[in-house]
Formats: sequence, structure tokens, C-alpha cells
Amino acid sequence: MKDNFRRFFKGGLGQLTIPIIAILFLVGFNLVRDPSFFSIEITQNNNGNMVLAGNLISIINGASELAVLAMGMTLVTAACGGQDISVGAAAAIAGSAFVKILKVSPNITGVTVAAAFLFACVVAMIFGAFNGTLVSVFKIQPMIATLILYTCGRSIAYWINGGATPTVSSPIITAIGGFIPGIPVPTPVLIVITVAIIFVLVFHFTSLELFTQSVGINGSAARLNGINSTFIKLLSFIILGLCVAVAGTIGVSRLGLINHETLLLDIEMDAILAVAIGGNNLGGGKFKISGSIIGAYVIQMLTITLYAMKVPSTDVKAYKAIVIILLVVIGSPVIKSKFQKTVSRVKSNKQRVSMKGAE
Amino acid sequence: MQEVELLQMRHINKVFPGVKALSDVDFTLRKGEIHALMGENGAGKSTLIKILTGVYGMDGGEITVEGMNVSIHSPQDAQNKGISTVYQEITLCPNLTVAENMFIGRGEGALVFHRDNENRANEILKKLGIPARASQQLGSCSLAVQQMVAIARAVDMECKVLILDEPTSSLDDKEVNMLFDLMRDLKKQGVGIIFVTHFLEQVYEVCDRITVLRNGELVGEYLTEELPQVELVAKMIGKELDELSNLGETEEKKVENKEIFYEAESLSSNEAMPFDFCIHKGEVNGFTGLLGSGRSESVRAIFGADKVNGGNVKIKGEDVKITKPIDAMKHGIGYLAEDRKRDGIIAELSVRENIILALQVMKGFFKPISRSEAEAFADEYIKVLNIKTASRETPVGSLSGGNQQKVILARWLLTHPDYLILDEPTRGIDVGTKLEIQKLVLKLAEDGVSVTFISSEVEEMLRTCSRLIVMRDRHIVGELTGSDLNQAQVMKTIAGGEAVNEG
Amino acid sequence: MRNNRDFRREPLTDTQLLMTITIFIFVAMYLLAMAFLRGGFLHAQQIFDMLNDNASLIIVSCGLTIVMIGGGIDISVGAVTSLVVMSCIIYLNNGGNIFVSVLLALGIGVAFGLVHGFLVSYLEIQPFIVTLAGMFFARGFTTILSVNPQKIDHEGFAKLRDVKIEIPWLGYVAKNGNRVPARIELGVVIAFVCVLLILVLLKYFKLGRNFYAMGGNQQSALMLGINVKRTRFISYVLSGLLSGVSGFVFMMHTGAGNATNAAGMEMNAIASSIIGGTLLTGGVGNVVGTLFGTLTLTTIKKIVVSSGLNDPWWQSITTGGMLCFFILLQSVVLARRAKKRS
Repeated sequence: MKDNFRRFFKGGLGQLTIPIIAILFLVGFNLVRDPSFFSIEITQNNNGNMVLAGNLISIINGASELAVLAMGMTLVTAACGGQDISVGAAAAIAGSAFVKILKVSPNITGVTVAAAFLFACVVAMIFGAFNGTLVSVFKIQPMIATLILYTCGRSIAYWINGGATPTVSSPIITAIGGFIPGIPVPTPVLIVITVAIIFVLVFHFTSLELFTQSVGINGSAARLNGINSTFIKLLSFIILGLCVAVAGTIGVSRLGLINHETLLLDIEMDAILAVAIGGNNLGGGKFKISGSIIGAYVIQMLTITLYAMKVPSTDVKAYKAIVIILLVVIGSPVIKSKFQKTVSRVKSNKQRVSMKGAE
Repeated sequence: MQEVELLQMRHINKVFPGVKALSDVDFTLRKGEIHALMGENGAGKSTLIKILTGVYGMDGGEITVEGMNVSIHSPQDAQNKGISTVYQEITLCPNLTVAENMFIGRGEGALVFHRDNENRANEILKKLGIPARASQQLGSCSLAVQQMVAIARAVDMECKVLILDEPTSSLDDKEVNMLFDLMRDLKKQGVGIIFVTHFLEQVYEVCDRITVLRNGELVGEYLTEELPQVELVAKMIGKELDELSNLGETEEKKVENKEIFYEAESLSSNEAMPFDFCIHKGEVNGFTGLLGSGRSESVRAIFGADKVNGGNVKIKGEDVKITKPIDAMKHGIGYLAEDRKRDGIIAELSVRENIILALQVMKGFFKPISRSEAEAFADEYIKVLNIKTASRETPVGSLSGGNQQKVILARWLLTHPDYLILDEPTRGIDVGTKLEIQKLVLKLAEDGVSVTFISSEVEEMLRTCSRLIVMRDRHIVGELTGSDLNQAQVMKTIAGGEAVNEG
Repeated sequence: MRNNRDFRREPLTDTQLLMTITIFIFVAMYLLAMAFLRGGFLHAQQIFDMLNDNASLIIVSCGLTIVMIGGGIDISVGAVTSLVVMSCIIYLNNGGNIFVSVLLALGIGVAFGLVHGFLVSYLEIQPFIVTLAGMFFARGFTTILSVNPQKIDHEGFAKLRDVKIEIPWLGYVAKNGNRVPARIELGVVIAFVCVLLILVLLKYFKLGRNFYAMGGNQQSALMLGINVKRTRFISYVLSGLLSGVSGFVFMMHTGAGNATNAAGMEMNAIASSIIGGTLLTGGVGNVVGTLFGTLTLTTIKKIVVSSGLNDPWWQSITTGGMLCFFILLQSVVLARRAKKRS
């Protein structure tokens, strides 16, 4: 166990340094700015449930879709060395499919919601498989391949519900997007935890991690070792499809309606950003899902901090950009190696000094 | 004789994180000489050359060109100072034309004159006898021609110092001779040539002087005629040569007629012409032939590495279908690919992950090898094969070439194959490791594993194989066993001087 | 004849092949539209309208093509265009001078290019992330300048905007019997000048060939003595500069600024480049192809509208389908070529 811990910090922290520094920086910044930023209180919500509220909760809650998508995006990035820019559009499709089933059924029960969710999963997996086929079989770069669905995905979503933006109202949907009666933690947060646990279990009980990294680092060698890289790449897109369905379902449930034009708009950029902030190489290869999750929360925390500072929502992007640039500059290979050189120089100076002292 | 010193490198030091790559190395190149730079892998040859060409900066020392102190900051800088390099890997751009590849990155002015360049390029190509057209896209030429274009570029730059870093590894004999003629020509014009190669015969054929490096240190500089081949090897590996000769003496090759393990009838793939082949249990056989003769393509077909499109395959007498690598692996076949970097290592993954990879694939997606098991496997093979690595968690890409090759060997040994195909396992690795691998092959055969061994060095194959299959122009042209297994006979068969009956 | 190698025509390079396919498909598509849809397609003005509406897209696509040939990507171009429009309008409405406003437009574009180029080439940060941040910054800054739409109110500018080239003989007779000459806006001329300049740059300047070399194989380019870092830096600066030009042209076309101006332009620009035969992997591509890529993209939209599918959603679905078609076609063509060679 102790060994495990040491390994985690020794091997793990290297990549997680930047996202953790970012979180600490944001926390520190907010502490100085306004310590009440972190206050968490228990309030009664519209449905009469006792629930947790506060900036921290809205950060963790608000980043749910992003965190789920970032997890899937990490896998695609690792296997294919590129990113899926169609996740927002695909989530709109999945959300529309979800609502479609709910609208067809006469009354919304747990079974219909489950059926609707399954249908959304199937639809999202089919579109994931479409992207995945272009990437794995036709060897098209992910960004180009997914540009197709990015361009027309929201139109397909529009077509599914005949151009309308139907609303669904049901306590079950409210529970998915908000709170389950009796549990003070927002449901989306629980969903993120569930998805993360599923990922951990999958990595533990399959060779997905090793195979994905092998394919991403050296596809040719992976093939000669009997790994079906086409399948692994396709699989990564299908898994991302599942994540898209989950994110779409959360998104729809939050609002109780599907708006194909605005649902999870521009989230693909944030998801890719989360992967990058998490220290993963966007060129593929080695990856850490935990990094991407932290990355997602960094992005959300930044957004909420800016809101708390009364920055208009339209202007947030500009400030976000500055912080992103700062983060990636600190994490850039050139700066890193310069930093390491300085550290080693200081260290050797210290050694020299101490040696002199010993003499 | 001109004894004018063209290039001097004095007290060169270079440190990489954790490794001292070069310490206090001197190197002198005179006008109009061909100077071999020799050493095992990891001896520091490539580091020295990369410093000279401005790819790496140096941590200490000085370089003088024609007596002038210079500092070289970039490859372009090196070019401007008259130092040109041809690398083992083709460092040209496949999307540009041949002419553009010869002239890009050179000369003054902002404009490109395509017509002039192409005419000039055609002249040079014609003069050097390179079968390419100036306006052709480079990517449409064969690798050998691309290599020649790289040399043509260097030649045309009227360089004072020409560095050839293992240029012959992708050329066939005829092309090598062409290159040597070219080198002698340049020598007459007073160019100093630094020649890096693993082929000892080539050194003795063209070089005037030899500088030997070992473990990042200078061993010495010698005149070629004063240094016998055996001594050169001794200086490179730094140990006595008994081992080499010992291995050669155990030449009693038993052609025991054990059961046939693998048998193929008119097997063909997208890359390989139909051929027949069989291997017995515990036999070591070899495929030989010039580069491009189809030897690698044939063994790739056996493993299913390229798309198999015909033929019948039997393993232990039973019909099987092998169309992709995983099929072969499931039938107990392992394949160590020719190109270690491209087809072998997963550079950023650890030694442990690289070692268990093939076994994991065979066990299947849903049965991962546990961490502790994997660590045990890794530790075991690091010890057995004497892999030099900081730890089992070190990324394999940071090991030296020979140790990377051992990791891949470990990967296949871990699957306990019945039949192991080794395609050039000793290429580009040091003599010591070469010996270890040859010994290992013989030991595996003793344990009943069938091995197919391919090497560019015929001598090496004669030492290890009990049967040699000779290929020419993508066809099997002969099979040598017993007393026919000697260099002369192999050469004769490769060259096609004699009709050889075919099995 | 067959043996005489020197006189044999060279097979097309990858760049030429992909470009030829695009031009061929564009012409075929347009001819079919002329034959079956008739209407506007029979007038030369149809093509001029397409150019008038898309001059700024053509300009940013060219900049993007340069970056993509060099193996990079710049997704900030649309946002920078939008920022330039907003900045120039605000400057002009506050009594600015046209000449200075042009400098302002170019300056903003170049500033973005400089920062992108520096971060990507000298700090070795992934271009997607850098230009994504650039895009966020430009979009955010546009709304900081003004959330509300701005209409331009400047006399000198109005004169400049109304400069149109009229070609009477390409015109047509309208329903009321008047002859309407064909009209081309100044922006189109600027766009064509840009295409021409970049064409020359890419073909006849060492810098241009260096872009191709860098995109073809970065390591090789370095070994061939090309200053890869500087070359990459310049590619982003050029892309930034062209975004600035594009912003000014956009403003001349619309005469108004809005925070959502040029929304999604970056993806349209990428699509244009791809349809025009530029590979995201780098080393292959051409601005003439990109020009035809933009025209192809626009023609599809026009055809959809003329076919009576007025719903805007049809446009994006057909665009997606067309993109899919081109991407697959290129993938198949290049794969077949690679197979033939080996």
C-alpha cells in the first residue's frame, strides 16, 4: 500500500503538477480575494429538499458534463493522437434522442427514462462509431473526420425533434439534472463519480490502458504485437460516444428541455482544453484520465471565479484565454527544461557549498 | 601526402541528464582522407557527429575548421561552414521534388529558380548515375535512390567535410560500390570524409584512418593498414576476442530430422511472391539475400505482418490460417521486426510494459496481467538478458539500441514461442550484444524452439544457422546445408553464378 | 517514346492531384447546376455574388492554408476577423481616419500572429491550444469592446465601401428591362490579390518552399538547414496578418459589426482548405485549391437554396455530406497512390 502511494506521487505527480498548481493557484487567489467564496451552506431548494449550495458546489456541479466528456476525450486523444471536435453536436443529437423517447411514451416512469437513456447511448455510440470508422479505417485525422459531424450534427438534432425545442417535465428528470430527494449532493456530481469509477474498473479489468497507449505511441509496433489498432481506435470513439450520451442526458435534464442549438455549445473546445491542462499530450500516447478530470474542474473554477468577480458572461472568454496561456506557457517543454536546468544548477551550487563547508 | 588538418575537435564533452555521453574526446580530420569513426552503440559516435552538425550543443571543448575556431549552432550553421551530413535515416522531404530536396535550405536570396535548379540537379544526378529525375516527387523514389539523392545534395554543396552516418545500411552491393567510387572521387578533390558504419569490410575497403570511441571516451586514432580487423574489434568492444572465435568453433551443426513444426506451401502476401518453406523443431535456419531480395517480406508473410493473400500453412501437420499477427502469435510464433524503432519498441512506455505487451495481447483484452506479476516478469528478463536499464519503469526509448533490442527479445521470450522469427536482431547494435543474441539463439534451439534468423552479415548467419535459404529478386534461389554452408557458396548462390537445385 | 524518360511528363504531385480533383468537381457541379437549376446560375453575377459574400473567408482560408501546409493549425482566424471588425468600427465611429483603420486592422492581426507564432514555435506549445486561447481571447475582447451591434457611420468609409467594379457585358437584363451590370466589390479584388501573392510566395520564394518542407517532415527540414522555428513563426504571423485583412474586407462588405460576426468562420476556413486539397498533416496544399474549396462550399449552399430547401439546416447537412465526400475521396486517392509506389 505504501509502495502504491509512493508510486502514485512519484510517477503521477509529474504529469499532474500543472493542473494541481492551477487548482491551488485558483484556491489561493479566491482566498485572498474573498474567503466567503468557499462557504458552503445547506438550503432548501424549490422542491423542498435540503441541498448543499455555494460556489464550490456550483463549480463541482457545473463541470459535470465537461468532466465526463474530458474522460472520453482523453481516451480518443491517447489512441488516435487527435481530438473529437463534434462532441457538443453529438451531445445535442443524444439529448434529442433522449427527449424523443420521453415524448413518445405516454407517461414518464423510471423505465421510460432508462429506455430513453439507453436509446441516447445507442445513438451516440453509432455517431461515435461513424467518427471512429473514418479515423481508424480510412485513416483520416480525428479533427478533420469529426469536422463533418461538427458541421451538421446540430442539424441532425434539429431534425430528430422536427425543429421544435420540446420540454420534458418529470420529477425523475429533475432528479437527474438537480437533486435526488434526500441526497444533498447534486446528482450530476454523483454521475461523474460513477463514470470515473467505471473507468477505473475498466482499466483494472481490461488491458484498455496498455493497448490504447501502445496504439497511440507506436501504431505499427502495436499491430505487429497482435493489437488490433483499428478496433482500439474505434473503441475509443465508441466509449467517447457513451460519455457524450451521459453528458447530453445531464444537459437536457438540467434544463428540462432540449435546445439543439445551445445544448453544450462550444463544449468541445473546453473538453480538449481539459485534456491538455491535465498534462496529456494532444499528440497521443501516454495519458492520465485523472489529469483531464482535474483539468475540467480548473476550467469551471476559473469560470465561476470570474463570475464571482462580476465579469460579464460574454467577456469571460477573454480572461479564460489569458489564464490558459499562462498555464500552457508554464507547462511548455521549453520553459520546463529551462526550469529544470535552473533547479539542478541551484542544487549543484548548494552541494558545492555544503561540500566546501564540510572541508 | 597532404597532411593538412581540416577539422579538429578538442576535448569535447557532452552530458545528458544522468549520462556522460562524451568525455574529453579528440578527433582530427585531414584534407583528402576518408576517416572511419568506429565504436559500439552508445560509444558516442552519433553524439559526436550531432555536435559537429549543430544538432546538439557541447558542454565543453573546441572545434576548429581549417585552423579557425568555430562554434556551430544549427545544422544550417554547419552547412554554411562547409560541413554536410548524410544520415542513416533519410532526412529529406518526400512531398518535394528531387531537385527541391537538393537545393532547399541553401544559398542566398529569397527566390527559388525551379528551372535552373532542375537542370543543375539533372546534371548532377546524371554524373553520379542516380536513377531519378529532378522534377520527380521524392516520395515516388525507392529508399536507396532517396539516400543517393541525399548524398548528391551533400556532394553538390562543395563541402569541406562530408559526414556519412551509416549511409550504406539501405543500399545493395552495387549501390555501395557506386557510393565508394563517389567517396574516392571526392577524396581526390580534397574533401575530408567522416564515415560511420557497422560493416568492418567497408572500413577496410575505403578508409585511410580509423578513430575508435568506447563508452564516450577516445580509444585512439589509427592508420587503417596498421590495424588488423581483429584488433579493431577488440578495441571497439574492449574485451578479448576469444568469445567470438569460441562461438565460431561450436560449428557442429546437427541437422537432426526432428518433426516439422511449420510448413508453408506457395505462401504469398501483398509484399512477398509465393514461396514454399518449412522449419523443423529446434532448427535454426536463415533467410539470406541482398536487401530487397524479399527475405524480410517472406518472413513477414509467415507471421502475417503484411496482408497474406494465398497459400497453405500447416503447423505440426495441421492446417491453420494465419492472416494477421495475432493468428501467428496464437500458434506460438513470435516475430522480432527489422526496424526496431518503427515496428518494435513503444518508446514512451516502461521496460515493464514493453516486456509484457505480447503476452498480454495473447492472454486477451479482458485478462490483464496484474501489476505484481508484470513486475516479476520484467525483473526476471532484465536479469536473464542482462538488460541495462535504470529500473523496470524507465521508458524504453531512453535505453541504448542494444538494450532496446533485448527488451523486445524479452517480450517474445515471455510468450514462450515454439517458433521465433528474428529479422536483423543484431543490426545497429554493439558487438558484445550481438554475441549475446547469437548465443541466445543457439540456446533457444537447444531447448527445442525453431528459429529463423536473418542478418545482413553472412558470417553471423553461418555461425548460427544450420540451413540457409537464399533469395534473389523475390524468389528462393537455393537452400544450403552442411558442407555448402560457407561464405563462398553463399555468395555464389546470391549472385546466381550457378544453377542450384531447388527443394 | 516509352524508353525516353527525360521527355516523359511527370506524374502530378500530391498537391497538384488533390487540387485538380477539387477544380474538376467544382466545375462539374457548377455546370450541372447551370443545366438543371438554371435561374441565377446562368448569370455571371451568381459567381460574383459568391465571391462578394465570401471574400473575407477566402482570405482567412489562404492564411490557414499556409499554416496547414506547415503542419500547424490556426483556429483563431474567425474570432480575430470579428475583433478586427469591431475595433475598426469603433475607431471609425469615433472620428478615425481610414488609412489608420487599415493599419489598425493589420496591426491587430499581426499582433495575434506574433503571439501565436512565438508560443507555438519558440515555446513549443501545441498550436491547437494556443490558437484556441487566441480565439477565446479575440471573442471575449470583442464583447468587451461592445456587446451591442455597431453600425458604421463614417463618410470616407462609405465611399470606399461603395467602390464596385462594374462589368456591363457580363450583366443581364432584369425583369423590368433594365440592363444590370455585373458588380464586383473591392474586397474580392483584395482577396484575389492575396491569393495571387501567396501563390507566388508558396511557389517561387524559398520561404514558401520551406513551409512545404517543414510540413512534409519537420526533422528533415531541420537537417536540411531550414530554420524551422522561424519558418513556423512566420507562418502564424502571415495567418494573423491575413485575418486582419479579412476583418477589414468583412467590414467593407457588411458595414456593421456584431459580437457574433464571422461565427464559425474558422471551421468554414478549415473546410475550404481541406476541400481544396490541403492536408492537415502538412506538406500538401495550394491556395488556388483553397480558393476553389471556398467556391465549392458556397456553391453547395447555393444549390441547396435553389433546390427549394430553404431551411438553413439543410445547408449544414449538405455541407457536412460534401465534406465527408471530399475527405473520403482524398483519403482513398492518396492511399491508392501510396500503394502503387511501394
